[in-house]
Amino acid sequence: MKYVDEFRDGELAKNIAANIAREASSNRSYRLMEFCGGHTHAISRYGLADLLPASVRMIHGPGCPVCVLPIGRVDQAIRLAREHDVILCSYGDTLRVPASDNLSLMRAKAAGADVRMIYSTQDALKIARDNPAREVVFLAIGFETTTPPTAVAVKQAAAEGLGNFSILCNHVLTPAAMHAILAVEGGVALDGFVGPAHVSTVIGSQPYEVFARDYGKPVVIAGFEPLDVMQAILMLVRQINDGRSVVENEFTRAVTREGNRKAQALVDECFSLRDSFEWRGLGSVPHSALKLRPEFAAFDAEAKFGVGYVAVPDNKACECAAILRGQKRPQECRIFGTVCTPTNPVGSCMVSSEGACAAYYSYGRFREENT
Amino acid sequence: MSAVKPDYTRALDWKHGRVDMSYGSGGRAMAQLISDLFAAEFDNPYLAQGNDGAVLPPANGRLVMSCDSHVVSPLFFAGGDIGCLSVHGTINDVAMMGAQPLYLAASFILEEGFPLADLKRIVESMAKASREAGVPIVTGDTKVVEQGKGDGVFITTTGVGVLREDVTLSGNMARPGDRILLSGAIGDHGMAVLSQREGLTFDAPIVSDTAALHGLVAAMLDSGAALRCLRDPTRGGLATTLNEIAKQSGVGMMLQESAIAVNQPVAAACEFLGLDPLYVANEGKLIAICAPQDAERLLTAMRAHPLGAESSIIGEVVADAHGFVQMTTRLGGRRVVDWLAGEQLPRIC
Repeated sequence: MKYVDEFRDGELAKNIAANIAREASSNRSYRLMEFCGGHTHAISRYGLADLLPASVRMIHGPGCPVCVLPIGRVDQAIRLAREHDVILCSYGDTLRVPASDNLSLMRAKAAGADVRMIYSTQDALKIARDNPAREVVFLAIGFETTTPPTAVAVKQAAAEGLGNFSILCNHVLTPAAMHAILAVEGGVALDGFVGPAHVSTVIGSQPYEVFARDYGKPVVIAGFEPLDVMQAILMLVRQINDGRSVVENEFTRAVTREGNRKAQALVDECFSLRDSFEWRGLGSVPHSALKLRPEFAAFDAEAKFGVGYVAVPDNKACECAAILRGQKRPQECRIFGTVCTPTNPVGSCMVSSEGACAAYYSYGRFREENT
Repeated sequence: MSAVKPDYTRALDWKHGRVDMSYGSGGRAMAQLISDLFAAEFDNPYLAQGNDGAVLPPANGRLVMSCDSHVVSPLFFAGGDIGCLSVHGTINDVAMMGAQPLYLAASFILEEGFPLADLKRIVESMAKASREAGVPIVTGDTKVVEQGKGDGVFITTTGVGVLREDVTLSGNMARPGDRILLSGAIGDHGMAVLSQREGLTFDAPIVSDTAALHGLVAAMLDSGAALRCLRDPTRGGLATTLNEIAKQSGVGMMLQESAIAVNQPVAAACEFLGLDPLYVANEGKLIAICAPQDAERLLTAMRAHPLGAESSIIGEVVADAHGFVQMTTRLGGRRVVDWLAGEQLPRIC
């Protein structure tokens, strides 16, 4: 814990904040997107916005895995659990993602479906071993951080001949989403990125170089602790002031340019690119997600149970799309905090504490009410 | 509990025996379980009356009554078990009203197949907790459900206490300017149970803080401080309890994160699982709201009691029509400390 506490030091935070305030020009704005939900969470939980000058504005990006999962994908999982009688396993936050017909995996569970919350892919394998007469499906979601453990599970299942185990693969790719955000006609209202922490430990810093080079947007990779985020903001302000746009790495204690080669090879062995994948908020994004390679088709729940993907439009009033693109703030959504709350989420940004809306609702609402 | 006294042909098998349906049938097996276990362990004159209900002497003051069901899993955890928990939980509910707890009733729902050895251990733990607290279990009930219809054992306890004439505590009495006091470090119970449930082990073991708080409450009342409200932050943790009070009183709160203690192993476990200790359950801590001029006096009284040695003033009640509980973070920023939504689920990336 000592290691963590050092990155939460209030005095150091004040020093960095003073530097940001001194160096950020009041004549311009610094619109910085933190891509990851982990950063959004840190900013909200530690009240970092209060430490920043008015010219620096943080925009919450789409890097919350459950937030970008479209309704149709959750529907698929619910169909598997209800119609194919499988044991459906997934990570905690996924269970609350709103699906069609006012359902979620948690509500499907309450209505009798066998849905189980797990902490790791190893738990899912154990459930499969313990229930040889049942089909066990792991709803695999997440960015590059959670993909290697899924690959390990698939390889392990193959090695053990665990025929009753399969995965519903929804793993998505960070750089593809950043492309989708930046490649908007007329440009985006962004001046730089706080780059992912955990994702970058796997893929390295090299994949972001294209954004600095081709789009002229500085990227600073940062850890998830509050001082990491503050330091990254200072580094971005300096790049913007200098007119530079390069990839810098604040998170050197965990991230290298090359990333984790072993994990990359493992992922490559099990998965290949999907031609296209629908993201909540970003729509269909080419080459933005992974599917199992044909060698592992036996572990692909989509093929095994023949459950195709049916796209479902988001709730009309929901502004998750604009919020995930950084075009709107949560409080600019008509249903934010009224119809859509963490207890009854309409849009997926309200589901996980890492979602832009939930973080804002839970940690930042007083800014609205008191101003 | 009726106490029929037949000559049993065979003693209960405390080593290998299991609860079967006959233990809830009202017949001889049930009578034997009651006399050999419950009556023997809880032993007190009211229970010994052996009737359907206990006849109690008149109480000197207004009565406070509260009940609490206990379904904890696992049944045994570091620092306690469902038995002592069910005694402490209800004593604390009565004590939070400012009352002196006098009697408890205990009701058991047992699942067919439950090991008698475990039941004995639980009942012994209840008896010990009740003796230590000086609050006897004076009546009770036992039912047995078929295998698969329960989860080992559920225990519901009801407590009765008597309230001093000059004491009125309520969640709607917090006023702007009042101070908020907390009796010690948060999150111990929840993380002790959770780490046991998930089979997580840490370098330093996390031990539940389960304890009866009526002694601490009595010391606080004796200090003469103008208390508005007492609450034990159990399910939903400190954050949820403070939100309840803020809502009831129509006020806001401003907390200081640096004043809220979290033991190192709990902080580490929360970090590991992505949980916020503000939302983790406690079973031996209380929150007090008191008039500003009495806060120091109350704090001194709390710290003088073993269960309040680490007490601190964690914040202040403020005027806020929205009822927000806010906190100044260690980094100097501000955040809302909101109600817990759903279960507190670990972060996934």
